[in-house]
Formats: sequence, C-alpha cells, structure tokens
Amino acid sequence: MTRVDQAVPPGRILRYNFSERITHWVAAISYIYLMLTGLAFWSPWLFWIAVILGGAPVSRMLHPWIGLIFVGAVTLMYGMWAPQMKSTDTDRQWWKSIGNYVQNQDDKMPPAGRYNAGQKLLFWSFFLAGLVLLLTGLVLWLPEYIPWSLRWLRYLAVFLHPVAALMTIANFLIHIYMSVFAERGALDSMIHGDVSEHFVERYHPGWYREIARGSSTPRK
Amino acid sequence: MSQEILRIQKISGHAGTVPGEDTQREYTVCKLIDTTTCIGCKACEVACMEWNDLPFGETVFNNTYQTMPETRWNYWNLILFNEHERDDGTLMWLMRKNQCMHCAEPGCLAACPSDGAIVQYTNGIVDFQQANCIGCGYCITGCPFDIPKMNPKTNRVFKCTLCTDRVSEGLEPACIKSCPTGCLHFGSKDDMKFLAEKRAKQLRDHSNFPHAGVYDPPGVGGTGVIYVLHDATQPELYGGLPKDPHIPWMVKLWKGPLKWLGNVAMVGGLIGLFVHYVKFGPKEREEEPREGRQP
Repeated sequence: MTRVDQAVPPGRILRYNFSERITHWVAAISYIYLMLTGLAFWSPWLFWIAVILGGAPVSRMLHPWIGLIFVGAVTLMYGMWAPQMKSTDTDRQWWKSIGNYVQNQDDKMPPAGRYNAGQKLLFWSFFLAGLVLLLTGLVLWLPEYIPWSLRWLRYLAVFLHPVAALMTIANFLIHIYMSVFAERGALDSMIHGDVSEHFVERYHPGWYREIARGSSTPRK
Repeated sequence: MSQEILRIQKISGHAGTVPGEDTQREYTVCKLIDTTTCIGCKACEVACMEWNDLPFGETVFNNTYQTMPETRWNYWNLILFNEHERDDGTLMWLMRKNQCMHCAEPGCLAACPSDGAIVQYTNGIVDFQQANCIGCGYCITGCPFDIPKMNPKTNRVFKCTLCTDRVSEGLEPACIKSCPTGCLHFGSKDDMKFLAEKRAKQLRDHSNFPHAGVYDPPGVGGTGVIYVLHDATQPELYGGLPKDPHIPWMVKLWKGPLKWLGNVAMVGGLIGLFVHYVKFGPKEREEEPREGRQP
C-alpha cells in the first residue's frame, strides 16, 4: 500500500510536501535568529539587536546551539533536494538569458524544470556557506581549546565566518525578495504546499510538461 | 575605582564617541621589567594573587622551576623560565615575568564585539569589564601575547588589570611592591623608557651584552609593560616573547575592509532590491487566483 500524498484541491499542484515544508521552516527560523544575533556581533551599531533578543551573553550562548539546529535542517534539505539541484543544459541556457529573468520577461526564458538555475545556485550557495559556517563556527565556539600553536585556525575562522555569513545574507535577501515579493504564490506554496497550474506553467514549464506527460508526479 | 581619574579613551564594540577620547592625562603609566636582574623568586606572583584575591591553583612539576606552563584566568602573573645554552657553550637561565602587556593598540579590544567589555583608560591601562563580557573569546584571538584566559565555568575572560584599583589611588601595582631585587619599576612611560634605555646601555657598555636592548614593540603601538633584555634580538628566548607582535592581520582584515565591504554590500543589496521592485514590480501583478481552494 502506497502512502497517499497530501490531498490537493483541483487545479492545483503539490510542490512541497509536509516534511519539506517543516524542514524549510526550521532552517528559516533558526537562520533568522542566527542572522540577527550574528549582525549584532558584526557591528557595534547593530549590538542593540542582541539586547532585544534577551541580552548579548544569552545571544552568544544560544547562537552556536541554534547553529546546530540550522545545520541539521540544512543536512536534511541536502538529502531531500540535492539530487534535484544538478545543473542541466537548460540551466546553462537559462543563465545566458538571465537579463530577461531580471526584467520579468519569463516567457522568453528557457523552460526551467522543478527548480530553475537561479534556485539551484541559491541552494548550493546556501549549502556551501553553511558548511563553512559550521566548520569556522566550531572553532569560534570554543576558542580557548585551540592551542596557541594552532592559532592560525582561530584567525582563519574569525575571518571566514563573517565572509560566509555575508554570502548567506546575500542569498537570504534574494530568496525573500523572490518568494515574498516577486513571485506571487511562492511563499504560499511553502506554507500550504500547493501552487496553481498556472504558476507551474509560467515559472517551471519543463516540470509542467513532465507532469502532463505523466513522467513526473508532482511530488515524487 | 575612581572613574574621575580613570577616564576611558578606547571602548570595545562601541558605536559613537568615547567619553574620554582625545583627553590626555599628563602621562601614561608603564611597568618596567628588567629581566637581567630578575632572580625568579616569584614574589610578584604571590603579591598578585594576594592583592587580587586569586586562589592558589594546582601546579605542574616537570623537573624545572616552571610551576605551570602559562597564565590562567585566575593566575595573571607568571615567570617563564628558560635554560638557554649560548653559542660559546655557557648557560644562561633566562626568566621573564609574563602578564598582560597593556598595548597602546590592544588586539583584544579591537576584536571584542561587546560594548564596553574591554576598555583602555587614558593612562594606558587595558582593562576587562566582566559585567559587559559576553564570553565569545574573540579577545583570545585578537591578543598577540596569548594573555586573555577564559573561566570555563562562567565563560568570562580575565587577565592582569595592572592593579587598576591601586593605580587609580596613586599606588604602584602589587607586583612592583614585592620585588626584592628592584627589577620591577613603575612610573610614566617616558620615565620608564629613559630608565630602560639607560640600563640597556649599561649592559652593552659594561657587562658584555652587546645586543642588550629594550622591548617596546611598535607593532602594537608600544606597550604599557616594557622589558630590558640581555639580547633584544632574540626575544623568543624569553618564554616565547614575540619578535614583532601585531594584531593578527586576519583580525584587521575582518574589522577593516571586510566590515566596510559587507556593510556596503548589505545596504546596497537592500536598495537594489527595492529599486528593482519599483521598476519591474512582481512577476505577475495580481494575486494568483485561488480557485478550487476551499476556505
């Protein structure tokens, strides 16, 4: 007996199942906490954020633990999505006409699959930055246990942690902009799971064709 | 402590002006340690523990005079011993009283993200304010002398205060009081520098130490603790005193160009996205139809 996927209203297509959505929101909420407390430690002008979030010592104490939650969620996301994030020929074509995408001329874009090339880059960029943040974060977590002879590890960590964090902030800004402001229906899909057929046809025509051919279930 | 005397000229993680910035006392204070007259009696260590009410810690015996390998969060003043064999086969027993150097440009303060956790008074003393410390340990990374140490129980960092409480009342630091050979001196930076140079010259001219000199490293803007060394060309011999200490350049890159670039990128990114929205708007204007979804 196969497990019945989430019931979707007629005319709509399931884009994210329950575990994808929950994992995404665990990552999202932990990320926002990490970004805010991180920004507080980044600049004295933003130190007040840590004060609002319960005080700077509390923020320093929780930041690494929440970081572990974030890394856990990212690991799950890697397992769920990495196989779908491989670059294809269409993706290379997609990058060549990125100008059209920026100008909202989606009809001129090569047919993107379930994820377009930009979404794939965002995924890998988040993943790689997350990996660097984890490794450097472990060093920053317990600096007093790094012996003096290995102090270059601390120097490296103290520099690369904010570099990777800035990378995620760039990703985060674009991600929020695309999902909340630019592509109406995207945020909704991460909450309820489903999108309209029109949404799929417009933004992911390759995936739409696969579904129509029956070669891909909306959610494998 | 008397805040009237101890005006602050540098604050860690602080947005805006610093109350004592640009004010100047008549002089900055300085501790002079003449390693050539130190006998390694450890009276300074005991005086430090007595005055600062630090507990006796466990010692490590390794067949030398060295009681522990390095300073601890509650042991701020430690003499480092080194049996050094010279080229001519003669032995020198080098000893250096190690503690916070009170840099003019402190790496700990530069790296600290917490407002007011590390301050530098106008008299030059660098002091940790544990009440404002968040326990991140960045000061450990910023310090080129391996001085700040963390209390693992409370996650707060401690180090030598140069007896700020005593100095603010016009007294010498406790270690100075205890030294039986007079190898420790305390006074203005100018006076101590003068005394140190005079002693170094004496060593060069009359005591067959042609490389004798004063350790006051310019890489950190000079220090509030200076040494007279028999051989100033090899400070490493004295318990690993760094030859050219400076704030790690990764820390400088992080607090300098990266911070600047990052801020421009973040603000620029926000503005860019806003402009894009105003110019191009959402990909589709209308909220997509919700036919089929039951309320």
